[in-house]
Amino acid sequence: MKIDLTVNGEKRDADVWAGESLLYTLREQLGLPGSKNACEQGECGSCSVLLDGKLVCACLVLAAQADGHEVVTVEGLGEEGELHRVQEAFAETGAVQCGFCTPGLIVATVALLEEKPDPTDDEVREALSGNLCRCTGYAKIFDAVRTAAAAGAETSAGAETDAGAGGEAAENGASYS
Amino acid sequence: MDVLTPHSLEEALALKAEHPDAVPIQGGTDLMVELNFDRARPETILNLNEVAELRGWTRENGTLRLCSGLTYAEAMEPELAGLLPALAEASRTVGSPQIRMRGTIGGNLGTASPAGDALPPLLVEDAEVELANAGGTRTLPVSEFLVGPKKSALADDELIVAVRVMPSKARQTFMKVGPRNAMVIAVCSLALSADREREELRAAFGSAGPVPALVTASLSEAEAFPEQVAAASSPIDDVRGTAAYRRHALKVLTARALERVLT
Repeated sequence: MKIDLTVNGEKRDADVWAGESLLYTLREQLGLPGSKNACEQGECGSCSVLLDGKLVCACLVLAAQADGHEVVTVEGLGEEGELHRVQEAFAETGAVQCGFCTPGLIVATVALLEEKPDPTDDEVREALSGNLCRCTGYAKIFDAVRTAAAAGAETSAGAETDAGAGGEAAENGASYS
Repeated sequence: MDVLTPHSLEEALALKAEHPDAVPIQGGTDLMVELNFDRARPETILNLNEVAELRGWTRENGTLRLCSGLTYAEAMEPELAGLLPALAEASRTVGSPQIRMRGTIGGNLGTASPAGDALPPLLVEDAEVELANAGGTRTLPVSEFLVGPKKSALADDELIVAVRVMPSKARQTFMKVGPRNAMVIAVCSLALSADREREELRAAFGSAGPVPALVTASLSEAEAFPEQVAAASSPIDDVRGTAAYRRHALKVLTARALERVLT
């Protein structure tokens, strides 16, 4: 069956099998392998994406359910050619080891900072509780979240003085940048 | 295999009448696992995501109507959490933020797992399940809706439409035993309320019998209540814990919950 959806701001369509997960569609049909396929049961969070702005496991969304909806994957974060501040923070703090969990953690962190720009450690723990990392022990990941939050605070302080500039960028899905 | 996506409740019920074997999907947090692991290949999947009548909740003359598509994340929001605190606490223990964003109260009822986290709080609050088919609607108390492990009274032509509940305003809480704070299927769970108006203690346990079940006692029998709750359970040994452990844990949880709601 055919589905039409918006992925990372772009209209896409796919011919999906009725029982197919959104994760499979993204990875195998739409050429977006950033969302990782691991547990396929919502336990590990490595397939985390934003569906209509909400953090979900793409493996637990039926592809057909995404018909007419908007998906943002790790590939869609940040501006063209630039890393998102959360991605930058993960690289900067050494929060990436094998890297398999990283896309999911980054998307989950973006969702967290949208909701709570300055989260407490407990809120970070809670927000990332559905994302497993077997390398880092999470300490560096927490550093990354704090670094990204601090960078966000700086940017929004700067944005107030820059108001009016770059209006077009703001319309182009800058809510996730 | 085919997916049907109705855009109204009327259309959904008509499709269910036409395809009684269609498996409903809302949040997908249970069904997708079955599909991903090749455990289920339903002929027809009925996608309820686009049925607006199944979203959110309303209040009429004090009675809350939680539509079956109400997510755990929504049940945790302050206004509803203030009205149904134990349900909000239970929702908070479900899976992870990702799961709570998608998983629904209606799905929890539909799966009818003995470990369903939303079920004990609904039992304690005397909730009723609203079921509909193309011909009309019926309501059943949650205790009658749940008939066995993963078995409910839902007929083939019916959909779970809502949960109706008159909040007791009694002090209440929810507790759950598991190896970590997230992504846990309850080893055992307990919702408990102390209803001072009715002079009643009400507890419902999960994962300690074929269905989550309600135990009541008079408020004056608080001391014997932990023993009574444990004795009412009928747990089994399985991968998550032994029957003996579950019985013991229920006793401990009941005592702790009593302390929480009575002081």
